[in-house]
Amino acid sequence: MIDFFSDPWSFEFMQRALVASVIVSVVAAVVGSFVILKGMAFIGDALPHASFGGVAIAFALGGSLYLGGAIAALTTAMLIGFISRRGLLKYDTAIGILFVAAFALGLAVISREDNYTGDLFAFVFGNVLAVTWDDIYLTAAIGGAILIFIALFYKELLFTSYDPAMSAAAGLPVAAFQYGLLALVALTTVIAIQTIGVILVVALLITPAATAQLLVRSLPAIMLLGATIGAASSLIGLYVAWHADLSASASIVLTATALFVVAFAIAPGRGAVWGAAAVRRRRRGAS
Amino acid sequence: MAVASEHVVDVRDLSAGYNGHAALEHVSFTIEPGCLAGLVGPNGSGKSTLLKVMLGLHKPWSGEVLIFGHSERPTHGHVGYTPQTELVDWTFPVTVMDVVLMGRYGKLGLVRRPGRRDRELATAALERVRLADRARRQIGELSGGEQRRALIARALAQEADLLLLDEPLAGLDATAQHDLLRLLEELRTEGKTLFVATHDLSCVAADFDHAVLLNCRVVAFGRPADVFTEENLSDAFQRHLFVLPEGTTIVGS
Repeated sequence: MIDFFSDPWSFEFMQRALVASVIVSVVAAVVGSFVILKGMAFIGDALPHASFGGVAIAFALGGSLYLGGAIAALTTAMLIGFISRRGLLKYDTAIGILFVAAFALGLAVISREDNYTGDLFAFVFGNVLAVTWDDIYLTAAIGGAILIFIALFYKELLFTSYDPAMSAAAGLPVAAFQYGLLALVALTTVIAIQTIGVILVVALLITPAATAQLLVRSLPAIMLLGATIGAASSLIGLYVAWHADLSASASIVLTATALFVVAFAIAPGRGAVWGAAAVRRRRRGAS
Repeated sequence: MAVASEHVVDVRDLSAGYNGHAALEHVSFTIEPGCLAGLVGPNGSGKSTLLKVMLGLHKPWSGEVLIFGHSERPTHGHVGYTPQTELVDWTFPVTVMDVVLMGRYGKLGLVRRPGRRDRELATAALERVRLADRARRQIGELSGGEQRRALIARALAQEADLLLLDEPLAGLDATAQHDLLRLLEELRTEGKTLFVATHDLSCVAADFDHAVLLNCRVVAFGRPADVFTEENLSDAFQRHLFVLPEGTTIVGS
């Protein structure tokens, strides 16, 4: 039994995988709390795909894949903000046009490369077991910077998310914070793609924060519980991946989804089970 | 160049709109201190646009808005604003106290957190609108009338002397509407100037000091009794309102 729990961690690559995925899922859950409140789930899906374009170009040029991904994600985020602020197109239309373009650019570039399969596929589907300590230091540095930014500007991010009109009237630089939030999502994306992969990043942004939102009511509590749920999903997901011989990123995401389903069923006062029980009570009362 | 003005609000020849479509044309009017003023007009008459220009949220094409004699915008402390309640996200996970504290954010500047004085002002504002017992509730738990009062408390916590209220009376039942009007009258007595966008003509006619009748341009402004003449109303509302002469019996008894 003890072996069952300690077995995976006797290997250093599993320790690295755990550290990396816990950092990433904690940061993603905190940033994700704003993403779900602002209804930005689509952007949480789009920016990782867009970053793939930059990763592919960096790969072709032999540059840093992280830097390439960061530039592509940030550029796409700023362009989405710019186009939708002009008011000519709806927000989600701007997202839809731009992210597929960046992703397609990535595909076009790698189709010209001869031996792209290994490294680039790690970015599409994630390869947390191949994370190096250098990757972890970089992830921790960027993730730490994101959390410090949110701690410093919590008040402004809250106010501009909740009531942009009043924030502007009060003299806050609303546009700067809206772009800032997009940049946070873009950077979170960049540190998450190696761990979880382009396609599944959105799950780390959305699912733990949404699970927390079902269970607690204040924004700081959603961030804290979301981060805990994200970290727990990483730990449990890696166990399951180890023992069932599954893809680690898929296992982490499915664990987070399972926790969401449990919360959805039992959420106090709002969950499905609670609702069904209330209906039964009412019926019994009526008869 | 701005000329000193003794009016709280002095709007001069203001024109504004969106994508080339005019919402306001050559709008001019004034509001005096300590006055409960109504902004009345049909849907699409430019009421919300006018409030946005006054708040500095929308740039006018021409003309100017002087508030307490100044034309600089955003106005930071002086102007409080309560948006239409359907434009507020009531599911957002913040408490009533959190929302009222937001009234202090403009004065706090970047990074700084609300301190004890900010909390005292927020608490006093909540007491003023009789919501002190709701401070720790999530905003979605408030009734319609309480929602309006929470937004007013935010403007009071801001220590605003001029309050712009966008449709605060809409969607309230008679009792809640009555309570809110009493609160607005009390605030006026305490020296606040209130400018209330509404399409409720009878409330303005009965309880307000001043009315601005708007339909893209200012049809009339002044005392409600002088503004709400049959001619002005049919001019502003055109076919949307059928004005009956006073004393007309609608349903025979």
